[in-house]
Amino acid sequence: MSKSTNRQAVTRRSDAGKTKFWYRLAYLLIIIGVMSMTAYAAAPYPDVPKGKGDQCVEDTEFMRANHMELLLHQRDETMHRGIRTKKHSLKNCMECHVVTDESNRPVSAENPKHFCRVCHDYAAVSIDCFECHASKPRAKQSN
Amino acid sequence: MAKKIALRSIQGNTAGYYLLMAVLGALIALGLGAAYYMEHNGHHVTGMTNQIVWGMPHVFAVFLIVAASGALNVASISSVFNKSLYKPLAPLSGLLAVALLVGGLTVLVLDLGRPDRLIVAMTYYNFKSIFAWNIFLYTGFLGIVAVYLWMMLEKRFNQHSSQVGFVAFVWRLILTTGTGSIFGFLVARQYYDAAIMAPLFILMSFAFGLAIFNIVLAVAFKGTQRPLGDVLVERLRKLLGIFVAAVLFFVAIFHLTNLYATEHHGVEHFILDGDNVYTGLFWVGFMLFGSIIPLVLCLTPSFSKSLGAVLTASVLVIAGGLSQMYIIIIGGQAYPLEIFPGKEVSSSFFDGVVNSYAPSFPEIALGVGGTAFALFIVAFAVKVLHFLPQSLANSEIDPHFSATEAEGENATNAASA
Amino acid sequence: MSDQTSKVNEYRRKFFGKAAATAAMVGIAPGVFLHTIARAKPADEAVSSEVRWGLLINANKCADGCNDCVSACNDENGLTGFGRPETDAQWIRKVTLKDKRTNHVTNLPLMCQHCAHPPCVDVCPTGASFKRADGIVLVDKHICIGCRYCMMACPYKARSFVHETLTDQVPDVPRGKGTVESCTLCVHRVDRGDTPACVEACNTAENGAMVFGNLNDPNSDISKRLASEASTEIRGDLGLDLGVRYQNI
Repeated sequence: MSKSTNRQAVTRRSDAGKTKFWYRLAYLLIIIGVMSMTAYAAAPYPDVPKGKGDQCVEDTEFMRANHMELLLHQRDETMHRGIRTKKHSLKNCMECHVVTDESNRPVSAENPKHFCRVCHDYAAVSIDCFECHASKPRAKQSN
Repeated sequence: MAKKIALRSIQGNTAGYYLLMAVLGALIALGLGAAYYMEHNGHHVTGMTNQIVWGMPHVFAVFLIVAASGALNVASISSVFNKSLYKPLAPLSGLLAVALLVGGLTVLVLDLGRPDRLIVAMTYYNFKSIFAWNIFLYTGFLGIVAVYLWMMLEKRFNQHSSQVGFVAFVWRLILTTGTGSIFGFLVARQYYDAAIMAPLFILMSFAFGLAIFNIVLAVAFKGTQRPLGDVLVERLRKLLGIFVAAVLFFVAIFHLTNLYATEHHGVEHFILDGDNVYTGLFWVGFMLFGSIIPLVLCLTPSFSKSLGAVLTASVLVIAGGLSQMYIIIIGGQAYPLEIFPGKEVSSSFFDGVVNSYAPSFPEIALGVGGTAFALFIVAFAVKVLHFLPQSLANSEIDPHFSATEAEGENATNAASA
Repeated sequence: MSDQTSKVNEYRRKFFGKAAATAAMVGIAPGVFLHTIARAKPADEAVSSEVRWGLLINANKCADGCNDCVSACNDENGLTGFGRPETDAQWIRKVTLKDKRTNHVTNLPLMCQHCAHPPCVDVCPTGASFKRADGIVLVDKHICIGCRYCMMACPYKARSFVHETLTDQVPDVPRGKGTVESCTLCVHRVDRGDTPACVEACNTAENGAMVFGNLNDPNSDISKRLASEASTEIRGDLGLDLGVRYQNI
């Protein structure tokens, strides 16, 4: 029947269309990949300020990938259960990773030189911690 | 039985329609701008303070949410109480209910301190909070009415519409109970903490919802030159009258109960006989314009079958309703909290003094914007879907309508066709 | 994931070691800690309902014109304000009461009463308002959406909404625009074994109107006082079982 041949024709045509589509997608991915690699290479890697002491509370690589998980976990532990271990506390991070300005005063997250800002600006990830949390140690009180 | 009345979308290509959409669009843009301004600067740019924590946005939002439940009246009457007269109006009624609820919730959400955390409100629940329950009641209402509309508009499912309509009817009674209980459950405040808040809110929803429905119906029909017979107008007039009377009854009971208890004399004196805006709003806004005049317009024979009377009454009921919301929400907070009964209290935190509140422009713009959004949804939906009956002429809806009364009626039909 | 778990385990092992050492020290030399009102719990130990923190405030000792508790609170928690009294946060305030019939005047500090059955916790839609196991009522600002229903519900007007953008917060006291806050009973100080700033200031001023302690410990100073002297709750008719009790009001 002409109907069935028609259907075959349609199937063949759509098969061809599918193959074409996959080829195009592959090209597109390669182009995007190459472009982003060049972009990655072109952008200068940020100069991450060094913290106090020799070693962070975890390996640098681990922290780079997981600091937000640790902070989130610690946040709920401290807030709801009153657990105030220093190791993964944001306050402790801010004390070690303090960056000072010309007059040797700690800078806040408003300053692009701030420890967190350096990487977050580079990766274009916004931080909302510092809408509420202090981004630098408290200035010494007179008392 | 009356014959089946066809539902048809409106053309929506007149200058009037585009003008309406443009005006509503501008008001929505203004509301969004106001919300951005408030969120960017913080709430100190509004009239709201640590004393009056809920302001104009809440007056609009609660009014719209209450009215949304009431807008479903007409549909409920047709499906639950099986009045065939209202059947062709049921889809519009459901649409208006959804639109008003969406408008009200938008205002409520955009006023939050952290509207960006809407996802938190959707993922963290405290089931002892009536507020958390309301989130389910509101989303559930939207879902049920959407299904209800589908059953009504899809011919194959028409037979199920009355069952779904019944579920929607029960659900919206619970919904308004929940909204009223937001205030009813506040144990510490003198003007709230009353179980009667829930039934009062239900009755208010009947009146406010029908008032908005009447206006939308009249504008839609006059705007598209569809015939609107006076049989229906007369029914809507009487119905509105009954609802207004019922609200008045509950308000009277509420105040009489309070007046009996010495403990509440202070706050009652403040609202009913104070030297403040709330007393004026109560007697002039709510009682005179929102209740007495509408009652005269709706229940006296001299305004029988008058569309003008129904519309005037509807506008007044809406104005009275907003006054009543203002009195409940703002007035209830303005009256000082009784922390130390029997003592004169003073502090740096406005203890023991009547809290002042001046609604700011952004707050009003946000509220108006939400209202415009609700109306925009309705105006858009009636253009793209078949919501509106082609004709509500007496001969179409009234089985006992006699041909002799039909003079002029045919001419109108011809003009609109 | 497993990498992180092993890290966490390692971290836990270290802490159990430290916790054991702390416990041993406390066991061996209890006399050393007698002068502190509250024994500091180890940092890695969760708070428990065996403790219920509370305050006893003697209004007769609250000096007229003294504002030390309020300034201490503002300083400790970084409540700087913007010179706008209607929208600025106040966690503690001095209230003056005058009896309508007798004209007797009383002063007292009023703050969050840390109810056992807090209305703010009941009404909060997200559970951001919560009561810690040791009775301290707090706002988890990470999940507060700023609806202000808790402020409507609080019988003591103890809560403030942050009406504008804040900068220079105190590291121990995070707070920010669009969320609700109130007295935390200086939870960061209490957790390390100190008394709240207001109590310390009241003692420094030698008024001694405020006593802080564990209501669940019959041997604590506050429990002994409460057992032997009359005290009352504000709006006790609401049945909220308050953590803060008053004398002579």
